[in-house]
Amino acid sequence: MHWLVEPGFWSNPVVRTALVLGAVVAVVSAVVGVVVVVRGQSFAGHALTDVAMAGGAGASLVGASPLVGFLLAGIVGGGSIEAAGAERVRDRDVATGVVLGAAAGLTALFLYFVSSSTSATGSTQSVLFGSVFTVSPSVVPLSVVVAVVTLVTLLGVRRPLLLSSLSPELAAARGVRPRVMGLTFVLVLAASVALSALVIGAILSTALLVGPASAALRVARGLVGATLGAIVAGVAAVELGIVLSYDSFYWNAAHRSVPVSACVVAVVLVEVAGSTAWSRWRRGRG
Amino acid sequence: MGCEPLTGGRRELVHVHDLEVSLGGRTVLTGVDFRIAEGEFVGLIGTNGSGKTTLLRSILGLQATAAGEVVVAGREGRRGGPVGYVPQRVAFDHDVPVRVADFVALGVDGTRLGLARRGRGVHERVEEVLASLELGGLAARRIGALSGGEQQRVLMAHALASRPRLLLLDEPLANLDLPRVHETIALLDRVRRAEGVAVVLSAHEIGPLVPVMDRVVYIAQGRVACGTTAEVVRPEVLSALYGHHVDVLNVHGRVVVVEGEPGDPGAHPEVVVR
Repeated sequence: MHWLVEPGFWSNPVVRTALVLGAVVAVVSAVVGVVVVVRGQSFAGHALTDVAMAGGAGASLVGASPLVGFLLAGIVGGGSIEAAGAERVRDRDVATGVVLGAAAGLTALFLYFVSSSTSATGSTQSVLFGSVFTVSPSVVPLSVVVAVVTLVTLLGVRRPLLLSSLSPELAAARGVRPRVMGLTFVLVLAASVALSALVIGAILSTALLVGPASAALRVARGLVGATLGAIVAGVAAVELGIVLSYDSFYWNAAHRSVPVSACVVAVVLVEVAGSTAWSRWRRGRG
Repeated sequence: MGCEPLTGGRRELVHVHDLEVSLGGRTVLTGVDFRIAEGEFVGLIGTNGSGKTTLLRSILGLQATAAGEVVVAGREGRRGGPVGYVPQRVAFDHDVPVRVADFVALGVDGTRLGLARRGRGVHERVEEVLASLELGGLAARRIGALSGGEQQRVLMAHALASRPRLLLLDEPLANLDLPRVHETIALLDRVRRAEGVAVVLSAHEIGPLVPVMDRVVYIAQGRVACGTTAEVVRPEVLSALYGHHVDVLNVHGRVVVVEGEPGDPGAHPEVVVR
């Protein structure tokens, strides 16, 4: 294993926390991401990362836990996207854009206050790009609870949610309320973005949400296969990203490590490129 | 103008009573009144824009109504009744990762919340419906990859999967060539007898439906005329419905409806009845 993992990796408690938290976050992002891709809501997913940024910045301003900030902001932001966005896709897009803009503005404001009022120079960095190696182990239990609640909720509504994603009209005719489904899902999405913002940062959480899911959807034929594939791809990206980031400390004489988020996103991009190439090759063979 | 009450021990399934619907300030349907019995095959005939889809959506409970009521299986104006619905088009993305069998299964349990896995009964019902619609070979294909005609049959299977008592189809014949039109009608007739389901099918041509139809609901100018083909497709009935003179001609054993004055900008296409 020495060729892959540099010395001290497994005995390091910070690394162990990172690996556990990373796996939890990757599973949630992958499962939620499959639904995001099927519903065509990548834009909402991205807007919620900006919302999470605002929440994270607000949390560091008042000294609260970043996860709490991410979550609260996500619930408010996601709720407003669904409340303002009407039936039509274009209206939803506009509402998403407005929420995104407002959130980005708040983020700028909060980060300005943070950087001018405290000496916590690292908080901007950690809100934007995450810092799984600096996450306090005390956040892990809450993260796991949020992850479990998110997954159980999604699993519980999966059939009406899928039906209303495929055709709001058919779902409504059967007595499903597409808007209730939309609101439920956007809250699930907000929780998922909050979790991944913790690990790889708000800006890059879209990559972890959409990347493994879209890679798996290119390869698998059914939804169950795609979800399992996305879980494997997501967990692999996060764990491998953590290993690479840790190892990169030894790659140069100056011992400047590559951030975890950059490593994770790099692996995700390789997965997406690989699955695209594979599905093209398969289609080419008929 | 309304329909005769049901006679001869037929059980009422749908009662549309004095229905009025406005869309964007324009009255689309007014004084619409008819009944449908269990197991009937009803053709809803009218030109494009005559309000067929609005009427179907009213029966589904998807349409806000200005006046009147719609009672389906004894319940008024509620969604989620024992009704299957096949819209004219559902635009599935080409690469949506849902197999035909899974989509049809959503017809059974698509409203069900909870963590439980799909039971064996659902899978058996899906196989049964796919077989009766001659779709068994497509079960493992992705829905988005199918042709328009195949997707429409899958939508029918989805609608039938929950064993509805009423099946509503919005213009299912619109984009089919004539052999496929007859094939689809024959299939629907077989299925409704096998499943004991009433069928309401909207179309702008009455002709191909005449052999299987129990009754016709003819819709024009926001109003309806209802009865058997022989009762409705007559000059005096259709003239009253359209509000001006309509001819019904017998040509070589086929009935031809000629509607509208020559040069009348509102003239509708001819309706041919065999």
